[in-house]
Amino acid sequence: MDEVEAAVARAFREEWGRVVATLIRTTGDWDLAEECTQDAFARALERWPADGIPRHPGAWLTTTARNRAFDRRRRDAVGAVKAQEAAVNASVDGADGPDDGPGAGVGDSGIGDDRLRLIFTCCHPALALDARVALTLRTLGGLTTAEIARAFLVPEATMAQRLVRAKRKIRHAAIPYRVPPAHLLPERTASVLAVIYLLFNEGYAATAGSDLVRRGLCAEAIRLGRTLARLMPDEPEALGLLALMLLHDARRGTRVDAAGDLVPLEDQDRSGWDGAAIEEGVATLDAALRRGEPGPYQVQAAIAAGHATASRAADTDWAEIAGLYRQLARFLPSAVVELNRAVAVAMADGPAAGLALVERLEGSGALPGYHLLPATRADLLRRLDRRPEAAAAYREALALAANDADRRYLTRRLDEVSPESSAPSPSPVHNRGRS
Amino acid sequence: MRYLLLIANDESVLAAMGPEEGQEMMAGYAEFGEEMTSRGVLQGGERLRPTTDATTVQVRNGEVLSADGPFAETKEQIGGYYVVECQDLDEAIEVASKIPAAGNGTIEVRPIWEM
Repeated sequence: MDEVEAAVARAFREEWGRVVATLIRTTGDWDLAEECTQDAFARALERWPADGIPRHPGAWLTTTARNRAFDRRRRDAVGAVKAQEAAVNASVDGADGPDDGPGAGVGDSGIGDDRLRLIFTCCHPALALDARVALTLRTLGGLTTAEIARAFLVPEATMAQRLVRAKRKIRHAAIPYRVPPAHLLPERTASVLAVIYLLFNEGYAATAGSDLVRRGLCAEAIRLGRTLARLMPDEPEALGLLALMLLHDARRGTRVDAAGDLVPLEDQDRSGWDGAAIEEGVATLDAALRRGEPGPYQVQAAIAAGHATASRAADTDWAEIAGLYRQLARFLPSAVVELNRAVAVAMADGPAAGLALVERLEGSGALPGYHLLPATRADLLRRLDRRPEAAAAYREALALAANDADRRYLTRRLDEVSPESSAPSPSPVHNRGRS
Repeated sequence: MRYLLLIANDESVLAAMGPEEGQEMMAGYAEFGEEMTSRGVLQGGERLRPTTDATTVQVRNGEVLSADGPFAETKEQIGGYYVVECQDLDEAIEVASKIPAAGNGTIEVRPIWEM
């Protein structure tokens, strides 16, 4: 790749979302904005070799895309009036950049950047969740429809239709292009954070053999998370989410073995974790916590940090992690969180304490059919050397487990606690947290 | 931007309401109507008789076919509507959330197709 191509590729990564966001504001037309942004990048590939790489590629691209929109609107008689408006907006913002003109991007909450308007609109709760995800990747991330379709394992035509419908609804139902006002901001911010985290998890769930585009969703989610954290410096949960993603991503290389099975946290090769990412994740989390407004993403990041900063599994501060799960349960009351807390308590205070929590959870009828519930009880009974009960619980879990790797693990444990087997297993309870 | 707000709730619950509850509900609608009129949002709206009084009409091969009942048997039925003029969907959602039936039924917000 030559110097110009590299510069265009870099500008694409850094500027695509910003240019589209500005064009949507000035033209009010999502399709036109995307097409003209695409044209501007094609033009850059033509012009930059001869003219040189501009000092502010983003400003160059925005101006080029705007001129293109203006030309297209002028040729379109129906669009003549709108083109006038676009021209007026363009002159107000100045020709030298999308983010420094006097009229540029001061949102309704006083937050100034068109990308923020764009992400809040893409993540509007009146759009279906899958449409929010697709629209965010297309307009902010610059992924093509084909790439998004591959990442979500649906046919391209399905994804194209999803995007068309979402954009049509934005237009027809008049979903506003703005950063929501203060009284709507907490709820809408939660929706934006959820979309980004969903993107991350889709990528994280993809295994080594999966399509690269799918695995690339993690990097894309982290990039969006960084942008959001920069654009919303007063929102500690945005920092919390970024920290959480960085800390999980730091372990990505060690969480699946050669056979494609998930490796439990305590068995992962910690020397394979990305130290720089962990450091950044911890620093990001600290910056969030300093604001003194904890939230579910910050607490989850703190749990991830607790694991990521223990140099050996045995060094994990389980009492702290148990406390964090208790805090998380207040933000996100769920039986899965309770189960994870029980595991942490078992590690901190012994298996009997953990078992009491698991039995209480089972008594409440939570998580019916969820194999990790009897599997966790089985592991704790095994550690207490209550073998016949442990064996029964492993059989219960085996009847529910669908995944081959889970079944292999459970069968191995069942053999250990069955009468013909000898000594009890010395290994600690299986960590049921995210591996 | 105009929207139709369709009010759907369970008719059997409405039918089982005591006189006091009924009055309370009507007071809620009166309050909603006053607020939205003074805000300049409300363009129209009516309460509908229950679906037991509904008739469906179709014309097939030039023949008028009428039948008893609503066009769809669902758990919730359309019991009324408002037409509102709003800035955007966010305002329409805010207005819809203040309709008393939003607390037990469902409001469907439909942009009006301007011709």
